[in-house]
Amino acid sequence: MDIIRTIISGILIATGCFLIVVAAIGVVRFPDFYTRMHPAGKGDTLGQGLVLTGLMVYEGFDLISVKLLIIIIFIFIANPTATHALAKAAYVAGVKPWVKDKGEGK
Amino acid sequence: MSFILTAVIMFLFWILLSGEFGFILIASAIISCLFVSYLSHDLLIGKANVRLGLIRIFRFIKYLPWLMWQIVLSNIDLVKRTLHPKMPISPTIFSFKNELRTEMGMVALANSITLTPGTITVDVNEDEFIIHAVALELAEGLMEGEMQRRIKAIEGEEDV
Repeated sequence: MDIIRTIISGILIATGCFLIVVAAIGVVRFPDFYTRMHPAGKGDTLGQGLVLTGLMVYEGFDLISVKLLIIIIFIFIANPTATHALAKAAYVAGVKPWVKDKGEGK
Repeated sequence: MSFILTAVIMFLFWILLSGEFGFILIASAIISCLFVSYLSHDLLIGKANVRLGLIRIFRFIKYLPWLMWQIVLSNIDLVKRTLHPKMPISPTIFSFKNELRTEMGMVALANSITLTPGTITVDVNEDEFIIHAVALELAEGLMEGEMQRRIKAIEGEEDV
């Protein structure tokens, strides 16, 4: 029983770490500010969610896993909000989005 | 009413975070919960309709599984686009009409859009949502408006 739980939590944590790494690669690879917000907003949210869910499974049901659940809920609300705030700041400041076939935007 | 409800919610949250039941801890919990509720009970609940709020929370919980599935799809899409050698992206900015009536509905829709495949919310105002999409075909999926329909169903027919 214990080994099954360890394996499940290991898979969840590994998937989460993979998503966070991909999100970091995405932030470097994408061409402009707005497209970079995509991996930062999505990959991080689900990545952190999966890592914390893995820790919840590893811990079993007790007070600590409830606290982890509260952290997950907080991240799922706060991370898209932060992404939105950054994107709006750039939009208001007049950052031009990068468009394909027209070269680099400013 | 809002005072008692705020105090109860805060006390439950205190117990959840501390997990201990010593006399000193519980006593200080009660005192500080009452004090904080006295200062700020009109912020957390205020004049909101509690019964309607609970109905909406219940409807929102039913919406969560669909949202989770969309988040998973969005991350698969993101991984594909990021690791693809040619990076198949064609970013656009577009807008669609805002048909929601409550602020919470707008917040929920804006955050849901950011979490679902290939789109982030850039700006929200009374009339429209301005969206940045990483590829054109993803923008079309959002334009069909399924997500907005679901959020409208959560808001329901009741008055604000």
